[in-house]
Amino acid sequence: MSQYVKKDDDRDEEAEYSPFSGIEKGAVLQEARVFNDPQLDSRRCSQVITKLLYLLNQGDTFTKTEATEVFFSVTKLFQAKDIGLRRMVYLIIKELSPSADEVIIVTSSLMKDMNSKTDVYRANAIRVLCRITDGTLLTQIERYLKQAIVDKNHVVASAALVSGIHLLQTNPEIVKRWSNEVQEAVQSRAALVQFHALALLQQIRQNDRLAVSKLVTSLTKGSVRSPLAQCLLIRYTSQVIRESSMNNQTGDRPFYDYLEGCLRHKSEMVIFEAARAITELSGVTSRELTPAITVLQLFLSSSKPVLRFAAVRTLNKVAMTHPMAVTTCNIDMESLISDQNRSIATLAITTLLKTGNESGVDRLMKQITNFMSDIADEFKIVVVDAIRSLCLKFPLKFRTLMGFLSNILREEGGFEYKKAIVDSIVTIIREIPDAKESGLLHLCEFIEDCEFTYLSTQILHFLGIEGPKTSDPSKYIRYIYNRVILENATVRASAVSTLAKFGAMVDSLKPRIFVLLRRCLYDNDDEVRDRATLYLNTIGGDGSVFETNKDVKEFLFGSLDIPLANLETSLKNYEPSEEPFDIRSVSREVKSQPFAEKKAAAKKPTGLGAPPAPTSAVDTYDKLLLSIPEFSTFGQLFKSSAPVELTEAETEYAVNVVKHIFDRHVVFQYNCTNTIPEQLLEDVTIVVDASEAEEFEEVATKPLKSLPYDTPGQTFVAFEKPEGVPAVGKFSNMLRFIVKEVDPSTGEAEEDGVEDEYQLEEFEVVAADYMLKVGVSNFRNAWESLGPDFERVDEYGLGPRESLKEAVSTVINLLGMQPCEGTEVVAANSRSHTCLLSGVYIGNVKVLVRLSFGVDSAKEVAMKLAVRSEDDAVSDAIHELVAN
Amino acid sequence: MWEVCRRLSNFGDKCVFWLYRDKNREADVNESCPSVKNILLLDSEGNRVAVKYYSDDWPTNSSKEAFEKAVFTKTQKTNARTDAEIAMFENNIVIYKFAQDLHFFVTGGDDENELIISTVLQGFFDAVGLLLRGNVDKKEALENLDLILLCLDEIVDGGIILETDANVIAGKVASHSVDSGAPLSEQTISQALATAREHLTRSLLK
Repeated sequence: MSQYVKKDDDRDEEAEYSPFSGIEKGAVLQEARVFNDPQLDSRRCSQVITKLLYLLNQGDTFTKTEATEVFFSVTKLFQAKDIGLRRMVYLIIKELSPSADEVIIVTSSLMKDMNSKTDVYRANAIRVLCRITDGTLLTQIERYLKQAIVDKNHVVASAALVSGIHLLQTNPEIVKRWSNEVQEAVQSRAALVQFHALALLQQIRQNDRLAVSKLVTSLTKGSVRSPLAQCLLIRYTSQVIRESSMNNQTGDRPFYDYLEGCLRHKSEMVIFEAARAITELSGVTSRELTPAITVLQLFLSSSKPVLRFAAVRTLNKVAMTHPMAVTTCNIDMESLISDQNRSIATLAITTLLKTGNESGVDRLMKQITNFMSDIADEFKIVVVDAIRSLCLKFPLKFRTLMGFLSNILREEGGFEYKKAIVDSIVTIIREIPDAKESGLLHLCEFIEDCEFTYLSTQILHFLGIEGPKTSDPSKYIRYIYNRVILENATVRASAVSTLAKFGAMVDSLKPRIFVLLRRCLYDNDDEVRDRATLYLNTIGGDGSVFETNKDVKEFLFGSLDIPLANLETSLKNYEPSEEPFDIRSVSREVKSQPFAEKKAAAKKPTGLGAPPAPTSAVDTYDKLLLSIPEFSTFGQLFKSSAPVELTEAETEYAVNVVKHIFDRHVVFQYNCTNTIPEQLLEDVTIVVDASEAEEFEEVATKPLKSLPYDTPGQTFVAFEKPEGVPAVGKFSNMLRFIVKEVDPSTGEAEEDGVEDEYQLEEFEVVAADYMLKVGVSNFRNAWESLGPDFERVDEYGLGPRESLKEAVSTVINLLGMQPCEGTEVVAANSRSHTCLLSGVYIGNVKVLVRLSFGVDSAKEVAMKLAVRSEDDAVSDAIHELVAN
Repeated sequence: MWEVCRRLSNFGDKCVFWLYRDKNREADVNESCPSVKNILLLDSEGNRVAVKYYSDDWPTNSSKEAFEKAVFTKTQKTNARTDAEIAMFENNIVIYKFAQDLHFFVTGGDDENELIISTVLQGFFDAVGLLLRGNVDKKEALENLDLILLCLDEIVDGGIILETDANVIAGKVASHSVDSGAPLSEQTISQALATAREHLTRSLLK
């Protein structure tokens, strides 16, 4: 409010004529007393409500008592007959969102309105009532809502249907009973009723694939009127296509004709939705793509920015997978580089970068140079990312592209932008050996004048690894030592580490490095001095401590292979005692989730990223299991699997299992949820039949005392197994419990219960359960450092497969290992693929796998599997996994 | 202990982890119903005239204001007077159009069909134009705030699009307006008088 009060003081301000100038909450609340007048002044009441809404809209909040007071006086206004006032009353009730006990007061008034003769009242009363109601009230009004859905007034029908969509979230079982009425509404002649009915019907049947498929089949033939409903139908159609996959011999996709037909619809909205749906079909062929690309190309030259944006954004996505299909649009794209809307221009540039051929690179870079100066950092980052991929695609052009990157690195820019550039240069250096020397020099020059500590330390670290391997390592020393003289403590400390790495790797530089390191002993920062001392000792600066060369290198270059967050928690739990902290006790498990990037891979740069933060799931499991006395003797938890569902969705009892692997035991944690409000389960146990898992022997169970409605609980069963052996087997399960009826109104359970059983699905313990997903930062280094001693190589035929991609992911899942360096992604239509995997096998044995796949014209996939590990037996075990 | 120390001393510089890119994860949310995350009507300084949020992406008033400020500043200089313009913010698309000192915005998720959002904006924009009888400016909008709020209520319900045809929207709102005999103008005059009176009193008291 303050700005309005302030403006009143300034007489020249236009805003002083605002009807709300000087408005104050207290005064308006006073005014709200007119609602209680015996003779209601409708207009005045409306104005006061508007003022109240204005206050709420500006972010003012009412206290609980104020809100209650306003609400109560507002309810008096139901006496007034004025339609306008009633509409305002509806609005304010929705805004105040009254509590359950208050709702009762307006329920009867609203129900009266719901059955009134005025359609406006009916539609709005339905929306308000459904917004504020709870489950119990809903059953009372259900009958009216069902009628309203098929009401001949389309506003009323829409109101009921939209409310149904909202209510489905909270009271699905009630809304699901309406499906006959909704079905009828889908046939409605009113365009929007059809749209709302379609949305609701699909959500009701979401879990029933067959029903959705039938719905789509019938509607794609018939006439869907509104463009919105048509868009919705396109979405459902692509869902059905996705789930049905190509199953007929001709290779024709079901419903493709429908999507293609929509490209000729009269509404642009529908055309675009269909075009987008086609481009997103999995494994789309260029023949299928062509018509969609053609309409999108037309949109590119539209006068409407929104259309151009939508088209260029979609084409940009297509260019990632099918660059050739998009090249036809290149001329139109080039004219978009000068588009007023910079988002469109950036998307056009990055699309061109993806689709361009090698000869066009130079010309394109010239255009981009002009363009870069007038866009914001966030767009620049997108361009930098695109240039990086271009460089990896055309390695011969690295000189031009590297030159461009080093130029923009020198210009002004924020942290994220600079980081994107540095990341790109680092990626290029790694991937293109020829680019190494010039790239490193560009980075060196950058840190000479770099205001970002984070980037400086990252670059110094990178220099330490790559610099010593170049032809003339000495030329980098000057840049590094300058950091020790000029920078803040953090950068100085990393510069010291980098110097040490040069000293360890390059014998000829050693004496000179020692001189520099000794100078660092007088630094005024602890960390810098400590590091200098440490390194002088490790690499034998004063000859007092001397370790073997291998240890030194391992120390300097080996990576910290445990997740930092796990290390942090372990250190926090460590209590000072005689026993030294053992780094091996730190859990190594990283959930794979952080690796899976969020949407749109292009947005996030790869490069000098921070290590992925592990989720705390492992920790919580660890703590949970330790807290159970029966299991506390099992030792260190090796791995916990992801939950495996043992029941279908939406059954009475939902159960999933987590497999916890210990050295000599496995513990199955069954997470149970009771979804029936009228039941209380007690003494819940799982009866496990392990007859198909011979090596396992049941040792303990921990039943769950009681399982009330909607509160998840756990029960455990532990098995003993031979130590260190990756025993596998199949387990079938039965949920056994005592069920007691619960009175829903009081929530109290009856005394007597009945014993009952519930069959669950079976699950298996597989070899992948004994493999931890642990990534390595540099696969090649790790591979070489493991050495060929325990390498096992063999070839396998995998038989005919659906696609190469499918074969690769099957093998990855079979092994349960962490794919490295993004090699789990198979380029579309490629005939061969190499995939790098890393993991830790039970017994803490590091394992690396290199998979080479090839596919022939008959889709027969062949695979070469090379395993390196720290243990002969483990290498063989991996092969056995695949062989079986 | 030694091992921990040496590893820790190194880790600061050793964070060269490569994030894995997952190109295969196409947005698979598309079977959901088209939805609108918010509708904003701001003035030429970025202050609220009327706003309505339908998504939990902005839980607090301050996060809402921050979003409005970001959207306003970024779009301020663009020319969105003849055709609706479009921009991306975080993971949202915002489609906007300006008239006089009023800025209209509609936000949707980044996998939403841009043209659907644009239709909603056009519906809102034109309906306001009809309701304000062509005088689309901040003063008029505030004087008829009740109509604007009802208009928002008729376009989108909890994120789901109710109606996009401006004539239908305006028709529904107008039929509700306070005693339809001599509605808008009279109310406006009386309000203007009240404001003028208030203003006079205040300046006298100074």
